[in-house]
Amino acid sequence: MMNGTWKVDARDGKLAMAHIYVAFVALALGGLAGLLQVLVRSGKFELPAGISYYTILTTHGVLLGLVLTTFFIIGFQFAAVSRTAGTLSDRVRFWGWVGFWLMTIGTAITAFYILIGEASVLYTFYAPLQAHAGFYIGLTLVVVGSWISGFAMFAHYAKWKKAHPGQVSPLLTFMSVVNMILWLICSLGVAATVLFQLIPWSLGYVDRINVLVSRTLFWYFGHPLVYFWLLPAYMIWYAIIPKIIGGKMFSDSLARMSFILFLIFSIPVGFHHQLVEPGIDPAWKYLQVVLTFMVVIPSLMTAFSMFATFEMYGRSKGATGLFGWLRKLPWGDARFFAPFIGMLFFIPAGAGGLVNASHQLNQVVHNTIWVTGHFHLTLATTVVLTFFGAAYWLIPHLTGRVMTKAMNRLAIIQTIVWSIGMIFMSSAMHFAGLLGAPRRSAFSTYGDAPQALEWIPYQIAQAVGGTILFIGIILVLIIVTNLAFFAPKGETEFPVAEVAEQAERTPLVFENWKLWIGIAVVLILIAYTVPFIDMIQNAPPGSKGFKLW
Amino acid sequence: MHMHKYEKIWLFFGIGSLFVFLAVLGVGAFAQGSQPPSCLTTIDPEKVDQTPPFDQPGLVKTGDNEYQLNIVASAFAYIPNQVEIPKGAKVTINVATKDVIHGFEIAGTNVNMMVEPGYVSSYTQTFDKVGEYVVLCNEYCGAGHHLMTAKVKVVEQ
Repeated sequence: MMNGTWKVDARDGKLAMAHIYVAFVALALGGLAGLLQVLVRSGKFELPAGISYYTILTTHGVLLGLVLTTFFIIGFQFAAVSRTAGTLSDRVRFWGWVGFWLMTIGTAITAFYILIGEASVLYTFYAPLQAHAGFYIGLTLVVVGSWISGFAMFAHYAKWKKAHPGQVSPLLTFMSVVNMILWLICSLGVAATVLFQLIPWSLGYVDRINVLVSRTLFWYFGHPLVYFWLLPAYMIWYAIIPKIIGGKMFSDSLARMSFILFLIFSIPVGFHHQLVEPGIDPAWKYLQVVLTFMVVIPSLMTAFSMFATFEMYGRSKGATGLFGWLRKLPWGDARFFAPFIGMLFFIPAGAGGLVNASHQLNQVVHNTIWVTGHFHLTLATTVVLTFFGAAYWLIPHLTGRVMTKAMNRLAIIQTIVWSIGMIFMSSAMHFAGLLGAPRRSAFSTYGDAPQALEWIPYQIAQAVGGTILFIGIILVLIIVTNLAFFAPKGETEFPVAEVAEQAERTPLVFENWKLWIGIAVVLILIAYTVPFIDMIQNAPPGSKGFKLW
Repeated sequence: MHMHKYEKIWLFFGIGSLFVFLAVLGVGAFAQGSQPPSCLTTIDPEKVDQTPPFDQPGLVKTGDNEYQLNIVASAFAYIPNQVEIPKGAKVTINVATKDVIHGFEIAGTNVNMMVEPGYVSSYTQTFDKVGEYVVLCNEYCGAGHHLMTAKVKVVEQ
């Protein structure tokens, strides 16, 4: 077999592990913040020492939405490209470390300004609320660091292509490249608002800010961001899970096609976060609603592929009947069980997402806690359980250890605890949201309004669910610490699936980057040019900064 | 590219129902006029108190059973914060903010919109059910965000 493809090189492993450590520290701190939030919202508990609910909320969002995800994803992808396209060159690894330190320093600066209470603006910025410039500068370093890591991965991919002319690249490397292209294109929006609007304004170089332009640039980034979280989970589902269960991948080409569809349709969709905002013509909102719904197609393809893989495997083991193959799946293996439960949660999560992005239905749920319930299914269950499942083999692979049976059992329990906690918390959030309970708000009875009093039982259910989830976080931290430092030494496989025999050869067209990036750019220009010019031409007087916390 | 027959069937029905759904949304939006609040009127956020109709916020009768409800939002209050609306009235609600972004949600109704400095937010709603509705800010606006509220009473005519 090819040199170095079976075990990730120790130096590359160190780079990946550095990212993973930061990710799990973020999980611990962000999870604690989440626990405090659900307790406050139950109405039975107040934060000590005058700590603001909104400081905790900002901490939770930044640590779990940005830090946990970005660090885990980049660490995982460095390991995946090293595993499938060969050991990183010294130069690529060097730039990987530069990216890592920039992101880490940026995170530390951002966290500092949040914790001293200078940046309670939530991670969605909310200009004209004005945070300390250090908050924006820290986040800029995080994004720039991630760009450097992205370019390091591109360079590694290019080197592989040069060494293997006319060959199809390894699937996990291809997928990592797609995800980093997606990230790069979408984060240009947030970079633009931070560099050209928020930083000069918070430093006092300019007096006023165009609020709608800033929000539009943010949401141009804010929705593709969720696909940047989701695609690594899809990588694990498509290219790794089949190997874990002992089966084959259903089709390499369909996996690549779904990733290309995500690249094309993930970005020109930000208006569905702005459906109830003034200043944007509803026809343009509708166009972006249509584009938003196009990502349903690759998700349908993914669902089909996954269950086809499971069924093919079960039948190859002699399963009969319509659902007999379900019994053949390795339910006792946490590497499979955790991501599988994540997949199941994606069914209600996706359905709720359709509601959120609907032109008119959005108005019923916009900024209610329904939305919080939604992304605690997508990100905090589907994606996160898949990442946990990946950590159970990735960490021991990189640290030269093996997961013991006891730890595997604990990981199964962790998954069940997570599911129970999430069913309580997320269902309560969905129901309370339909009744009108707002998101991003501390406990309030709104002057003892009868409607608001009806929400309290749901808020108590959220606190129960959130507490169970916090126990889940403690369990996963125990497992991760064990795998990183205490598990017995040994060899753990980095599973990479092979394609089923009957699947046909993958065409090279999927690596025609000029074509796909070209289409993505054209769609972005169609969806955004006219409304954006409109916003600037008909701009109202800008806003001065406010610090209202 | 080759696709499995079952996958074709799955995608055919999946994508088919997707387009039916989008058509329903489109007909609702463009043929029946059910659009999300998207008012394009701009306003100087520092002169809201001097700009009609927000210089005299409140409920104004504009026609037979038709009203305008003009509301000024600022951290952390709505003016007015108590409104009585006759049952069955068709009310065009206009909201403008003097400072940061706020939300304007009448819980239990479809009235739910963002209020952003520089813009007027507008939505027309018919109030058919008698009762007391809580109005609340559902977009983070600062330390007192969760205390920003008002009351709408729908009363028998």
